[in-house]
Amino acid sequence: MNSLNRVILFGATSAIAEQTARQLVAQGASLYCVGRNRDKLMALIDDLKVRASDHQQIDGDVADLTDSDQHARLIDAGERALGGIDGALIAHGTLPNQQACQADVTQTRQEIETNALSVISLLTLLANRLEQQQYGVIAVISSVAGERGRQSNYVYGAAKGMVTLFLQGLRNRLAKSNVDVVTIKPGFVDTPMTAELDKGGPLWAKPEQIAKGIIKAMQKGKGEVYLPWFWWGIMLIIKHIPEAIFKRMSL
Amino acid sequence: MTAPRSWNRLPRVAPDAVHALTQRYAGVPDGLPRPLLAHGNGRSYGDVCLTEQGTLLLTRGLDRFIEFDPQQGILRCEAGVTLAELLALVVPQGWFLPSTPGTRLATVGGAVANDVHGKNHHAVGSFGHHVRALELWRSDGSIIACRPEDDNGWFSATIGGLGLTGLIRWVELQLMPIQNPWMWVESQRFANLDEFWALNRRAEARWPYTVAWIDCLAKGKAQGRGILLAGQHAAAQAELPAFKEGGKRIPVDPPFSLVNGLSLRAFNTLYYRQPVKPQGALTHYVPYFYPLDAIQGWNRIYGRRGFYQYQCVIPPREAEAATAALLDTIARRGEGSFLAVLKTFGNKPSLGMLSFPRPGTTLALDFPDRGDKTLRLLEELDAIVREAGGTLYPGKDARMPASLFQAGYPQWEAFSAYVDPGFSSRFWQRVTP
Repeated sequence: MNSLNRVILFGATSAIAEQTARQLVAQGASLYCVGRNRDKLMALIDDLKVRASDHQQIDGDVADLTDSDQHARLIDAGERALGGIDGALIAHGTLPNQQACQADVTQTRQEIETNALSVISLLTLLANRLEQQQYGVIAVISSVAGERGRQSNYVYGAAKGMVTLFLQGLRNRLAKSNVDVVTIKPGFVDTPMTAELDKGGPLWAKPEQIAKGIIKAMQKGKGEVYLPWFWWGIMLIIKHIPEAIFKRMSL
Repeated sequence: MTAPRSWNRLPRVAPDAVHALTQRYAGVPDGLPRPLLAHGNGRSYGDVCLTEQGTLLLTRGLDRFIEFDPQQGILRCEAGVTLAELLALVVPQGWFLPSTPGTRLATVGGAVANDVHGKNHHAVGSFGHHVRALELWRSDGSIIACRPEDDNGWFSATIGGLGLTGLIRWVELQLMPIQNPWMWVESQRFANLDEFWALNRRAEARWPYTVAWIDCLAKGKAQGRGILLAGQHAAAQAELPAFKEGGKRIPVDPPFSLVNGLSLRAFNTLYYRQPVKPQGALTHYVPYFYPLDAIQGWNRIYGRRGFYQYQCVIPPREAEAATAALLDTIARRGEGSFLAVLKTFGNKPSLGMLSFPRPGTTLALDFPDRGDKTLRLLEELDAIVREAGGTLYPGKDARMPASLFQAGYPQWEAFSAYVDPGFSSRFWQRVTP
């Protein structure tokens, strides 16, 4: 079991990360929160401070994570504020407009930069640090969209797929160093990022449910987890549809 | 997306749009159809939280705490925080809501907008008396900070202002110190209304919390029989039992109301016959203050059609006669609710221009919606209330006539000047010209 007493959250103001932060604080954790929007981040930190005890450190900084020059500084600052790192959760990301990406490769590049390359940059730095200390856990919010390319969002899917594959290799490398690497694959989550979609039906989960699953997976040092769990079955089917058939489907 | 409803599930109206707010700083996006109206956790009854035009702004995403001073018991939080979330934070630190309604699933913003009251109104007033400050966002983009000491009217318009003066973004509350999460409660049976009045007078002089459940179907000499619960927060050195929160839920909508003449009579009689503890006993604050919250979706027992809640207040001078007349009418029709609640308000003047609590006696009942038959009964009750110079609670109303509202809330015209021109509700459109 991994301790989650000192955790850095990247993309801390995302709905899933915010719920994760609240639950971690309730379990006595100290947190360092990185977010892009200052107002949102301050509102989050103020809230977490009220929920925490005087002995818990709640701190953070504003940063645009697509600027990878910031990454080393942020990890240093987090480590200093917390007095060490037990875990890190990388939760930042955007849901690209597929149509806009199809029309303009600059847009596609930007989305891959945000959703994949910036994550890989953070992972490289974090992995080296945790490998040295020989303990810790890194979790990344990837997506079921990264399991198979679909016409409706394959740019997002490709970025998430890259992250998932990168994490597999990293997990393999760090296994001998007592560092766990967790790939979180949420299905449909009712968050502001999905505000444009119609959220009827039993497939939609609440961010607080996902947060609970993330914490459990990080504590247990799981490899890849679908949240909620039943997405494992859905994706098993989707992954095994022969390409000849899949290419004609409208998914 | 299904349109949000209020707790009694009627009226069934859908706005043009629904927008979920998540950031208090962000304001409200331009271009949403107007008028706007905030909708918290949908725990009011009727249409104060509904609109048929424009946009409902869902406030549950504004659920952050902003600042808490555990020495002074001052808490500032966003308007969409529920009372349950607030209590979960402050009770273990020795603080409590000085005034709380009968559900902890209401939001703080909703508690302000309806100036809700609790079983201790006679001792501490209503929710608005404990608000130190709040912030309003107006549809022209301006922000107004409101404090009780301001004399510009914004505070008294917004307390009990039914969400019409703008969007309440945060609220700062003065909490009340407690020693532990338990209550010391004495319960006593009374055989009729006369006994209630005598018992209640004695209880109010001595206890911070009093409320009575009455059997609204009992007639004649037994009219108004019931059980009076008097309570106070438990002593610091009380021997506290263990408490584990249970919970049941009503999982489906029965196609018709399970509340009918037979079940009503059985329930009311059983409730009246339950063992009472005049010597007192410890009760955890959750079942004491929020008994119905333990049954998730209890509003479903009234079936798909929903129900009307009827809560009136009668001035002290007319209280005894009018309460008897109301109970006569209800019992004669064999209508009524599982639990009718009877309580007297204290003399502390409410702070809001449209606040419901005022000196007198308040009676609250539910009636399953049986169409015209129910509406006719409610009109009969209206006549008694009107005659006695009383009024109804907007936060629990889906049908009161404009004339009854205007008679009961003489400041409504002065209040109109504070209504945000970009905000409205179905209730407001119904009771004003």
